[in-house]
Amino acid sequence: MKYILLMTGTKAGIETYRTWSKSDVEAHFAFLGKLNKELTEAGELVANDGLSSPEEAKVVRAGNDGLPITDGVFPESKEFLLGYWIVDVDSPERAYEIAARLSAGPAPGAGRTSMPIEVRQIMSKRTSEL
Amino acid sequence: MKENVPLNDRLEHLLRELAPQVLTVVARRFRDFAAAEDAVQEALIAAAMQWPHEGVPENPRGWLIRVAIRRMLDALRSETARRDREDEVGAEAELFTQPELSLEPEMDDTLNLFFMCCHPVLSAPSSIALTLRALGGLTTAEIAHAFLVPEPTMAQRISRAKATIKHSGVRLERPTAKERAERLRAVLHVLYLIFNEGYAASSGAEMQRLELSREGIRLAHAVCALLPDDPEVTGLLALMLLTDARRRARSGPDSELIPLDKQDRSLWDQQEIAEGTALLRAAISRGAVGLYQLQAAIAALHDEARTAAETDWPQILALYGLMLKLTENPMVALNHAVATAMVHGAAKGLELLKPLDADSRMAKNHRLNAVCGHLLEMSGDLEGATAQYRLAASRTMSAPEQRYLLTQAARLGERVADTTGTG
Repeated sequence: MKYILLMTGTKAGIETYRTWSKSDVEAHFAFLGKLNKELTEAGELVANDGLSSPEEAKVVRAGNDGLPITDGVFPESKEFLLGYWIVDVDSPERAYEIAARLSAGPAPGAGRTSMPIEVRQIMSKRTSEL
Repeated sequence: MKENVPLNDRLEHLLRELAPQVLTVVARRFRDFAAAEDAVQEALIAAAMQWPHEGVPENPRGWLIRVAIRRMLDALRSETARRDREDEVGAEAELFTQPELSLEPEMDDTLNLFFMCCHPVLSAPSSIALTLRALGGLTTAEIAHAFLVPEPTMAQRISRAKATIKHSGVRLERPTAKERAERLRAVLHVLYLIFNEGYAASSGAEMQRLELSREGIRLAHAVCALLPDDPEVTGLLALMLLTDARRRARSGPDSELIPLDKQDRSLWDQQEIAEGTALLRAAISRGAVGLYQLQAAIAALHDEARTAAETDWPQILALYGLMLKLTENPMVALNHAVATAMVHGAAKGLELLKPLDADSRMAKNHRLNAVCGHLLEMSGDLEGATAQYRLAASRTMSAPEQRYLLTQAARLGERVADTTGTG
């Protein structure tokens, strides 16, 4: 069964992250690289991507003429999607375990980011007889 | 000799027929299944690239065995580079002077390969991937494509499955008489899962999953040929054919699901129905009835009805009753409740759903809500039915089913609005 693990954060959180020291940032990327390698070796990683900065985000609505109206101003409280992992695992528990690993990524001062990871099962196209 | 002839279906069929035979020979020789499996993959790929240009060799199986053995020796050589090379040269000479006859696979070996790939030490997804590669002769890329995962991920899944087999000491040998029935059940279950994996609404990116249904049927045919007298093996093949026969009618032009009673029965594949029915008859005549035969018998009754109204529900109900004697699977109880409703009315069916409601195995299972919705609709409780369809829609993990269930809820919601509006 496939799950998507969504990593989200606020603008404030991202701004704090940008003040991390070089070694803290390196430790974080090393952690992510190692985890992705592990997930591939476990035969579980389907896809992983990070998204561009929230500053680049646009919300698009169709106007009355059907043409795009874009909005680039976001409240401080808004949670932004920062990146996602799609994993193919044997059980929901395993998906939660991977999410916990992601949330336990290293933060400055030997701490953990404890970022919330939203876990959602991806619906299949498979059907059973109705 | 023709140049650039694409690998045609016949050639692919030949390679895939030979794959497990070659594997058993090489694995038996070297007593190393994992390495042999890799070597055979390489040999198959080499054949797929060379044969279209150079023509199929006179003895294709011998060719594949030779190439695979050469790959095995290459791998051994690079692994043990510091070891005395003369031993290996000797080993190679010996392998190549073996008379052709000893390279013939034994029927039993292919069956043992099924037992190994579907061994209970492996998780279902691992067994499925390994079976498709070792017995189906599919490449890692093809399997990855079918399961919509990247190739390196699938490659790792397969090599981990092989490592698990190695570490748990599972050998390419006949299971003991005591284990045999259970191990065969595991094999049939894996084939059933492969078939079901392909049982999707056919559209776009998921089209390739239909291939998995065909693959399940092909592998069931193979096991059937190895065990022609086993009624459950035949029963499983019959079930697959009798279910697959309805494939074209199961989804509409927009890949929306069409339930059995609304399907255009002229689209059902009569040839598959005839084949499945004949197999089922042969299986049942052997006397040992089992769950696959019973499911096939139910599928056959649906297939034989010219219209939904002509469906022989009393007979189907009796068959579900027999299944309940063989299994405690709550899904069977659920289908039994549907059949009961069709024969004795919705109220009787709804009564049977009550104990399932309390069954922890059915907790939050959308099928229970979907059936409940269906039976409530039959009984005229449209509001109750709408609520159950909505609940089912929120619980299913299948996108086409969710769409179907939401459509049912919406359809009933409109009827409820009409009734209250005019009344």
